[in-house]
This record gives sequence, structure tokens and C-alpha cells, in this order.
Amino acid sequence: MNTPSAEPVIRCEGIWKIFGKRADEAMRSVREHGLSKEEVRDRFDCVVGVRDASFDVARGEIFCIMGLSGSGKSTLIRHINRLIEPTAGKIMIEGRDVNALSNADLRQMRAEKIGMVFQSMALMPHRNVLQNVAFSQEVRGFDKAERRRSALRAIEAVDLKGWEAKYPDELSGGMQQRVGLARAIAADPAILLMDEPFSALDPLIRRQLQDQFMALSAEMHKTTLFITHDLDEAIRIGHRIAIMKDGELVQIGTPEDIVTAPADAYVADFVAGISKLGLVTAAKIMEPVAAWEQREGPAATASWSQARPEALLNELVDLSIASPDPIAVMQDGKAIGIVTKTALLRGVRGDLAPAAA
Amino acid sequence: MEFLNSLLDPFALIDLGIADIADGVKRWAIANRSMIQPIKDVLNTGIVSVDHAFNAVPPLLMLLIIVLIAWQLASARVAITVGVALTVLGLLSPHAWGLAMTTLAIVVAAVIVCFLIGLPLGTLAGKSDRFEAVLRPLLDLMQTIPAFVYLVPVVMLIGIGNVAGVIVTVIFALPPLVRLTSLGIRGVNPSVVEAARAFGASPKQVLFKVELPLAMPTIMAGVNQTIMMALSMVVIASMISVGGLGNEVLRAMGRLDAGKAIVGGLGIVILAIVLDRITQGIGQSGRARGHRRWFEVGPIGLISAPFRKA
Repeated sequence: MNTPSAEPVIRCEGIWKIFGKRADEAMRSVREHGLSKEEVRDRFDCVVGVRDASFDVARGEIFCIMGLSGSGKSTLIRHINRLIEPTAGKIMIEGRDVNALSNADLRQMRAEKIGMVFQSMALMPHRNVLQNVAFSQEVRGFDKAERRRSALRAIEAVDLKGWEAKYPDELSGGMQQRVGLARAIAADPAILLMDEPFSALDPLIRRQLQDQFMALSAEMHKTTLFITHDLDEAIRIGHRIAIMKDGELVQIGTPEDIVTAPADAYVADFVAGISKLGLVTAAKIMEPVAAWEQREGPAATASWSQARPEALLNELVDLSIASPDPIAVMQDGKAIGIVTKTALLRGVRGDLAPAAA
Repeated sequence: MEFLNSLLDPFALIDLGIADIADGVKRWAIANRSMIQPIKDVLNTGIVSVDHAFNAVPPLLMLLIIVLIAWQLASARVAITVGVALTVLGLLSPHAWGLAMTTLAIVVAAVIVCFLIGLPLGTLAGKSDRFEAVLRPLLDLMQTIPAFVYLVPVVMLIGIGNVAGVIVTVIFALPPLVRLTSLGIRGVNPSVVEAARAFGASPKQVLFKVELPLAMPTIMAGVNQTIMMALSMVVIASMISVGGLGNEVLRAMGRLDAGKAIVGGLGIVILAIVLDRITQGIGQSGRARGHRRWFEVGPIGLISAPFRKA
């Protein structure tokens, strides 16, 4: 995985979106009296789509927003390229305020800086694959040879070479979404917005496309905002995950953070069914050597199986099966902690309370 | 008793003078005829020259041209239907072909005018609910008001002849094109429009690159309906001295000549079939046509085949 650099490419500050005729009035009222979603609905006949969302996405980072349908995640992502105007708040892309752009500048940013993939694919049925992929460069007025070149490069990147002249209705769902992905990357934008891109596909194809997307993403190092309702997908793909509920971002953190330290009962409920094997590291479940020795006597760490602190549970399970002894967690040639079989089993279950016994 | 009667029938007592007002408009139109005359002359020259051109082409050559057009725009099957129908039309009577060409010229002129007015109106109506709300009663009026009502004012305004004929035809035939264009624009998948916007398309590009192409099958259904309605106005238009098959029917009616009426009537029907099949062919979606480009099908496809890359 690429480690994202610190400079934020997308920065959202306190975004609110209230739908309805009296949105501005409702917004003022919310600011002054802190109305709840239900109160806004009853008093102003308005719907709160996004509630005070703030986050940064660093260059090269894949930032997942996970939430159930109706949680406002699709609304939120449409603020980034201003398909939806926020009721309040600020969106900065590479330091430029998106909502202050003129129409022409906005169109240029959409075509050159931001690629978007839709759940419904939204390919143009009257255009063939090549014409679909070349769309963003076509509206920018690039000459035919140049847009053909970039479109073909993008089509090749998603393994659809040879299908350029086909029309969307001649392709399978998975292939259509690959065209959607190719269209998004054709103009080589810095940012990718993925609005539940793989949700409409069957599980096998979804997994294939996830792999393909991750390979592409690692190669192209694009800043990605990825929307999904599938936590497994978010964990597989995201460097960081934001959990969204009723228009609010309830927790933002790495997959490990989310799974091991859910912020509230809602998130905890979500992560309950998630396998920890590929997420939790030895550092999270190990017991300090001193504590262990105090209880069990001197530790013969040199003769035990050894693991790095960032080793995942998967790896620890394999080591633990091979030997009856506990596992020594080593850093710089020194044992810094011990993982007992009990601690390992607790870790698998997601129980990360400091190991006492 | 009288008071009660007048209470139950107040309309008999009140006269807003609407008929007089309309009559006033008519008188104004007569007084200002000279203003309209130059425009009328230009339009008339256009229609007459199309008429002459259609009639100047030898019938067999014209038949061949129409069949080729049908093959290009629709399919070989439609071309055969059109060829047979036109042959029958020519065989109806020795004059039938010439009369049909005159009628075709009027219908083509009316449909072009309808297209020029109807497409922008329909597009606007598809985009704006308010505009649609204003336009709808107007379209209802145009479609349902008896043609004889506006026949008189139009004639007063511009006199009898081809131009007046085209105008009354347009009044009657325009609504379906506007309605179906609006329907087509409204029926475009909103997520495709959103995608186009997300990739930086301007409103104009969205309209011309996405909305109009995707609405095209519905718009062509509108053109088809407009042509059919224009043909159904042919007899009424002949009352204000428009020539062609309609005039034949009108004259036959005056002389109770059933034979002549049938020739004229069948001629109109055959013309309708020909134009209907061709325009329906154009309206087919890309998928139904196997996603081939226009130069890859029909006679042009046949000719260009050796020059195209495989």
C-alpha cells in the first residue's frame, strides 16, 4: 500500500446540505438552536442530507465513506465536484474553493481534475466505448487523435482492448463498469470519485473489479473518494474509512481503528461481523514482556516463534498452530511483547481489552 | 317570473362581444395585408419551386430516388414496401403522380416549418415545467379547435394559396412534435445527464451530445405523427386553393364523383404509408439497427464498402 503524503488534496469543512424550499431558514435555525433532523423535517419541511461533514483526503489516499442507503454519502460525494451545492460549508480542492469557481473554471476542473464513476454506470448508450471514454476530453475540445490516444490508454488499463467499437448494451455489467472506470481515468485526473461503483455487480465480478481497481490505484496513485455500503469493501480498499449515519460522519479512522475501537454502538454493530484476521496487528493484542514474566516466570523468547509488531492475526495464527509456545513479538532484535494463545483467540473475536489472565 | 328566468340563465343577458373583437382582428388583418405580402411571396416561391422540382423529375426516376432514400434511412424491407406503394399510386390514374408530388411538396414544406418551430419549443418545454404548463393549453387549442375557425382569419391575413395552406397545416400538425420532443427530453436517463455534467459538459453540450441524441427516437415518433396530421389536413387546405390530391378529393365531392374521390383519397393514404414507413425507420434505436453508422448501411453502405477499412 502507498503511504499517503500529508498534503490534503480534498478538504471539506463543515458541509451541510439541507434539501427543501426553506433550506436557508432551516440552516439558520439549526445553527442557532441545534435542531435535530426530525425537528427540521417537522418545522421547515426540509430534509437534512449532510450534517456538518468535515474531512481531509491526502494525495494518493483512498478514503472510503461507508454508510447505509439514505445516509447521505452519495449526496456528500456530489459536493466535491459541485454537482450539488452545499447549504453551508466549504470544499477545497488542491487549495481552491470549489464553490467560488466560475462556471467555466468548474467545468474545466470537472473535466481535467476529477474523474467520477457511478453506481448506475451512466454510460451513454448512443456512443461506443471509445466515444464514452473520450467524453471528458471531447467536451474540452481536444483534437481527435489526442483524445483517441488517451482513451485507448485508459481502455487498455482496464483490460478492454479490442472492445473500443462496441456499444454499452453489447457489454456485460462488469465490463460496462470497467468502461466507466476507463472514462474516469482517461483525462488522467488527480482525483477519482467513486460512487458505489461495484455495488450493482455480482459478488465474484465485484471482487475482480476491486482487485483491478486496487492494482490500478497503486500504480496511478490517485486521490480517491470511495463510497460504499459494504464495510468489507471499505476495509479491503480504504486507507481510511469514514462511517456515515443519518447525514453525519460518526467516525473517521484506519480500518484497524474502526474495527478495534468503534466510536459508538452503531459502528460497533457494523464491525461485529467483520473478520479481524486481516486487520488487527500483533501490537494491539500483545502483552508486555514484564507483565508476562511477573505471572509466568522467565520468558524463553529466543526459542519461541517470533513475529513483527505489525504482523496480522492471520500470520500469528499460523505461527501459533506450529508450536505450543506463546509468540514473541520482536522489534529491533528485542522482544517487546508476548502473544499467548488466549490473547490471540480474544483478538480473533475482536476482544482487545488488556490481557489480564 | 321573468326575473327568475334571467337569474337561471344569466348568460343570455351578458354579451362580452368576443365575436366582435375577433372580427376586429380580422378587419385589422385585412387593412394591414401589405405588410405580410413580401414575406408571403418569398415563402410561396419556396414552396412552388419545390413543387416544380418534384414535378420536373421524371416519375420513374423520382420513384427510384424515394426508394433509395427509404433503403438508406430505414431498411431494404421498407424500401420494397415503398416501391410497391408508389407504383400503385402512379397506376391510380394518369394524373395521380403529379398531384401526389404537389401534395408531397406542401407536406414537406409544412413539416420542415413544424420541425424548425417544434424542436426548440419542445426542448424548452422539456426543460421547464413552467413553460410546459403555459404551452400545454395552447397545444390543446391548436389540436382541437376546428380548422374552419382559423381558416378564415388566416386567409384574411395572407390570402389564399400555398402559404396559407402551409400555415393552417402547421397549426394542426405542430402539437405532436412539441409534445413528443418534450417527452423525449424528459425521458432521458438523469444519471447519464449527471455523468455528462460530472465530466465537464456545458449545458449546451449536454443538450446536443446527450439529451437530443437520446431523445431522438421519441422526437422521430413526433415527426412521424406530425407528417400524418399534415396529410390529414390536405383536403381542408385545398379549400383555400392548395393544389394536389386534396384538391382532387374536394372537387370530386362537389361533383359527387366517387371515382375521382377514391383516386384522391387512396393517393393520400399511400403517401401517408410511404412517409410513415420511412420516418419510423429513422426513429429506430441504434441497437435495433445493429449499431452501424449511416455510411455502413443501405445503398451508400453498398457503394462505400470497398473503400472502408475492415
